[in-house]
Amino acid sequence: MTPGFDAIYREHFGRILATVIRLTGGDFSLAEDAVQDAFTAAMLQWPAEGWPSSPRAWLTSTARHKALDRMRHQTSFADRREELEFFLRFERESEPEDGSNMDERLRLIFTCCHPALALDAQVALSLQTLCGMNAAAIARAFLLPESTMAQRLVRAKHKIRRARIPYEIPTGSALPDRLEAVMTVIYLVFNAGYGGSSGDRLIREELCTEAIRLSRMLSSAMPIYPETSGLLALMLLQDARRLARVDADGDLILLEEQDRRLWDRAQIAEGEALLEKTLRRCLPGPYTLQAAIAALHNQASSPSVTDWPQIAELYARLARIRPSPIVELNRSVAIAMVEGCEAALRLTDALKDDLGDYYLWWATRADFARRLNRLEEAAEAYREALSRVSNGAERRFLQRRLDALAVILNGHK
Amino acid sequence: MQYILLIYDNESAMKSRSQAEMGQLLTAYQKFTQDIVNKGNFKAGDPLQPTNTATTVRNREGKTLVTDGPFAETKEQLGGYYLIEAKDLDEAIAIAARVPSAQSGSIEVRPIRKM
Repeated sequence: MTPGFDAIYREHFGRILATVIRLTGGDFSLAEDAVQDAFTAAMLQWPAEGWPSSPRAWLTSTARHKALDRMRHQTSFADRREELEFFLRFERESEPEDGSNMDERLRLIFTCCHPALALDAQVALSLQTLCGMNAAAIARAFLLPESTMAQRLVRAKHKIRRARIPYEIPTGSALPDRLEAVMTVIYLVFNAGYGGSSGDRLIREELCTEAIRLSRMLSSAMPIYPETSGLLALMLLQDARRLARVDADGDLILLEEQDRRLWDRAQIAEGEALLEKTLRRCLPGPYTLQAAIAALHNQASSPSVTDWPQIAELYARLARIRPSPIVELNRSVAIAMVEGCEAALRLTDALKDDLGDYYLWWATRADFARRLNRLEEAAEAYREALSRVSNGAERRFLQRRLDALAVILNGHK
Repeated sequence: MQYILLIYDNESAMKSRSQAEMGQLLTAYQKFTQDIVNKGNFKAGDPLQPTNTATTVRNREGKTLVTDGPFAETKEQLGGYYLIEAKDLDEAIAIAARVPSAQSGSIEVRPIRKM
């Protein structure tokens, strides 16, 4: 696909698909085929006939007609009257306004993130249908063969049809849990890009961008749920550091060593404004709390003026509403800055059962030990961490730390 | 659209229940069943005799193989089923969640394939 079409595809595919799915009565596959057909038609016709003034309107209209054609062939009507009613209903549906367009995309994301689908299928399906990423790109993002990803997507869509997962925005008591599920998927997409094990920098950036886009849509569609804004704020604030996190070789730069001039101040301002609004509304949920922590980091003009006591307090609050060993591990890093590395080490002791196989638990303890000048202990912990790490950039970072220690230790011998 | 709800629960745990607990469970099932009958979702349903009454039958290359017991030893055993009519998976899930054994065991929800 030429660059021009690529952009059009990425920008509009999800929205057009959402519109057409409603017309097909929830038939994902039929709708998808129709939209693909419309894009194919565009690629054939536009170079010759010139681009339409509104590509989206052209594509939507074409896709709707192609869907209609397919449905006409697939449906067997009982009689002429039924057939006529069917087409009248179709004609009556005029191009939806942006308000209901939002509705369509919400339906789509809730369906893609239905708990009856496996989590990795939810992620893949959301990326494909809402963000217009193709199977090959998604596969690269998650370090899987393309055929595996293609199969995963096909199976998910089959399940949606065969088990009749409804194409609806959940209502009533079901909504909060379903919303949680959607936010989990969006944040997973973001972390795949932000933490990213994929070697491809562009793919990782794309994932962050898409996650933020989905989050914008969700938070403007669900204004009565402030956590959706908290999630958006969190991602804006973390993403703002993107350029400073990785050096030219693709290696990790720690927060305390980042060149803060490379942080996107405009995006930080946006994130902070959103966070402030969200904090004023109600008791913060987990995403909002994490956003507040990110904001505190971003506000520090240099690492030494970081408000660590506040950060530690925020982690404590996070631990109260979402207790988890990972939260405790993060809290220990803040505690190290506030109470010292001895206290932090003691905190992490209690996490051994849960996190003993997690490379970051070892890496964190190695760092505390190093700062306490317990170098043998630190070296041992770095070795344990290295035996468990999978991300190349992180591995190189840990190896450098270990090598630096080895120099000192050998020097003493 | 029809779904089957397959009810899995721990048989030995069930056996160790008191009379009173069993009575409560039975009442809960009666109430649930009557409710979905009234709402028009119920198509069929039965408790099954325990797995020690099960026989597994296979036909391999013309030979009928009969063995004693369920086909697999699992932590939870199939104890009953409901065949229901529901408009979509969400409705089927909502009904499955109210099956009394959902609180201690698991309910598998599968769409019926209409041939």
